[in-house]
Amino acid sequence: MAYTKRIDGRKKFDELRPISAKTGIIQRANGSAMFQIGKTVAYAAVYGPRELHPKFMQNPKKGILRCYYNMMPFSGSGDRVRPGPNRRAKEISMVTEKSLLPVLDLEQFPNSVVDVFIEFPQTDAGSRCAGICAASMALADAGIPMKDLVSAVSVGRVDDKIVVDLDYSEEAYEGGPVADIPMAVIPSTGNVSLLQMDGEISKEMLIEALEIGKKKLAEIHDAQRKALKEKYK
Amino acid sequence: MGEIKVKEKDIVVPGDILATGMDCLPSYGTYRLGDDIRAARLGLAKVEGKVVKITSLSGRYIPKRGDTIIAKIYDVIMSGWLLDTNSAYHAMLGMKEATSRFIQKGADLTRIYALGDYVVCKITNVTSQKLVDVSMRGPGLRKLEGGRMIEVNTHKVPRIIGKDGSMVTMIKNATNCRITVGQNGLIWVSGEPDMENIAIQAIQKAEAEAHTGGLTDRIKGFLDKNIPKEAQEKNKAKAQQESSNEEESRTFDRDNKFDRDNRFDRNNRFDRDKK
Amino acid sequence: MNEAMKKHLIESLNKGVRYDKRKLDEFRKVEVEYGISKSAEGSARVKLGDTEVIAGVKLSVEKPYPDTPDEGMLMVGAELLPLSSPEFETGPPGIKSIELARVVDRGVREAKAVDVKKLCIEKGEKVWAMFIDVCTINDAGNLLDASGIAVLAALKDAKFPKYDGVEINYKEHTDEKLPLSKYPLPVTVYKIGKNLVVDPNLDEQEAYDARLTVTTTEGNICALQKGGDNPLSIDEIKQMVGLAMKKSEELIKVL
Repeated sequence: MAYTKRIDGRKKFDELRPISAKTGIIQRANGSAMFQIGKTVAYAAVYGPRELHPKFMQNPKKGILRCYYNMMPFSGSGDRVRPGPNRRAKEISMVTEKSLLPVLDLEQFPNSVVDVFIEFPQTDAGSRCAGICAASMALADAGIPMKDLVSAVSVGRVDDKIVVDLDYSEEAYEGGPVADIPMAVIPSTGNVSLLQMDGEISKEMLIEALEIGKKKLAEIHDAQRKALKEKYK
Repeated sequence: MGEIKVKEKDIVVPGDILATGMDCLPSYGTYRLGDDIRAARLGLAKVEGKVVKITSLSGRYIPKRGDTIIAKIYDVIMSGWLLDTNSAYHAMLGMKEATSRFIQKGADLTRIYALGDYVVCKITNVTSQKLVDVSMRGPGLRKLEGGRMIEVNTHKVPRIIGKDGSMVTMIKNATNCRITVGQNGLIWVSGEPDMENIAIQAIQKAEAEAHTGGLTDRIKGFLDKNIPKEAQEKNKAKAQQESSNEEESRTFDRDNKFDRDNRFDRNNRFDRDKK
Repeated sequence: MNEAMKKHLIESLNKGVRYDKRKLDEFRKVEVEYGISKSAEGSARVKLGDTEVIAGVKLSVEKPYPDTPDEGMLMVGAELLPLSSPEFETGPPGIKSIELARVVDRGVREAKAVDVKKLCIEKGEKVWAMFIDVCTINDAGNLLDASGIAVLAALKDAKFPKYDGVEINYKEHTDEKLPLSKYPLPVTVYKIGKNLVVDPNLDEQEAYDARLTVTTTEGNICALQKGGDNPLSIDEIKQMVGLAMKKSEELIKVL
């Protein structure tokens, strides 16, 4: 049986869920942003550059970036998520850092740290991608020197179809094989700075999915830019 | 032929294409990628002929030599004080640079500047590793007694100060508040409670509308609306008198320096005796 | 805040002027928004001026405590997220967030705001458990009172998920609401110098001598917490409780 219609009613297989984005939502932070895609909502706050302790962690050549991905206890689709770091959150924090680092220019801030805190009040798949979108907006809002924003979305396959921006019901589809591929792209160069996958997919389908994803990310990039400009109007 | 893609004062975000063509030149806050010049940070575009640059709108303070800042004492060490500069880097205030008074060896430095004190100081040196030295020897550099502190966007500080200090002087005169603006975005205000509130609102209004034209008139309008004319006149007279008094007391202080140093030493001796 | 600045703040309060122009007994604008998290069974966002917190309720079926075999369970947790203030750090909850959670928890529990007997499914075996978590978004002072309002608003918003006796289906919610009958609101009164203020801003929160959180419901007090380094006289307590109760009556209208 083929996957003929998207479960949540979207008309096209490459259609994104509705997006809303806003910057400057947390007054205490040096930069902040909210990015929502479908029912997944990410808040990001940037603090820094600020002094880094302990001293041995400092890098005399450039500032370091620390990201913290955290789901609020009530933000999971099932049971309560126990607060505090777990293996999943730590890994996602790390890949989030790696996805943002290529655009950042932290050489102006030797020995310091830029902290990015990413929180989710509600999720419906695609949280790490939403987190990266929010984080890159918050970094720009914080005036951090950076070559570009970073836009992210998950692509993949549900049975025989290549789909963009899977929600939870598609990730859990049982009628055929599923692959979930979170990807982040630096728009100006088209390079990929986050790539993970679980499920099963052929090489051809993978490359096609990435190409489609890259194209669709232009819409997300637009939403990010608009939200940043809106604040400073 | 190259083409500039942005207008003066356009808001641009990182990655935006500002110009194309090799005859356009990237300047502050921009970089070249292939034929394009792109934004390397969020800000306002500034176009000068074929040169494009970006004026920052946000971001924390970065210590710069020659800046006068407001900093908080957060540690006392053998050779002086460590100061929180409201940036990623602390500053070091050496004993010699702290005061014109003589400090005896082994003196209790917290009696001069205690933890939590705010001081107005000048940045004398910043190394490549961002070690920051400050001095308090110079006109206007001093400890701030009492008052209250607010924080503003450090990129808006020049507008808040105004040309030759015109904006801040106008607010000072209208409210009879003492106001000190640090380049690092900290602003100290001290006066009558209700006047302080008006002064701070005026400062925050100037901060919020820094990028718009006719700012001085609007701030003046705001002050006129909130403070009756007679009160403003009175405040202005008082403010001017006080500032001349301040000058006097400064000269007076200098004359009395020797005396005070002695007193200070005496206190110190007493301290040691107690131990 | 150093002593001279604290003195300056007190002198201002002595003249009845707060740094944000409010009256001493005046709250900032309170805004409540319900259902801000679709993942939670109930949720709310509360703003007190620039202070913002969100609270979410998760419901699950658990085995009851042996000493209360026919009562549902309730737990309030709080996280002072490092996202919300440069002063908050990552890592296990510190004493500030523990105190906040416990004070709010005590209020809801002791007022019997939720009729826990109605949450029993099978005596000694299965009861509904309510986990209410508060997450701070922006700290501009008085997180505790904001959290107290948010927890009540989230409880008010909550609906039971579908439950077939074996498994909960979190995707589908019934129209059935929690048996919430009272709104025990915590109001914290701060003593700064000789002045009593409510809903402190950050400056006031740094300068206070003592504080008293009074949780009131239907004209009765159901929880108290004194904080701060300085003691209070009984006469001061009388005034503070009076002020808190008056404010609580006003605040309840936002729910």
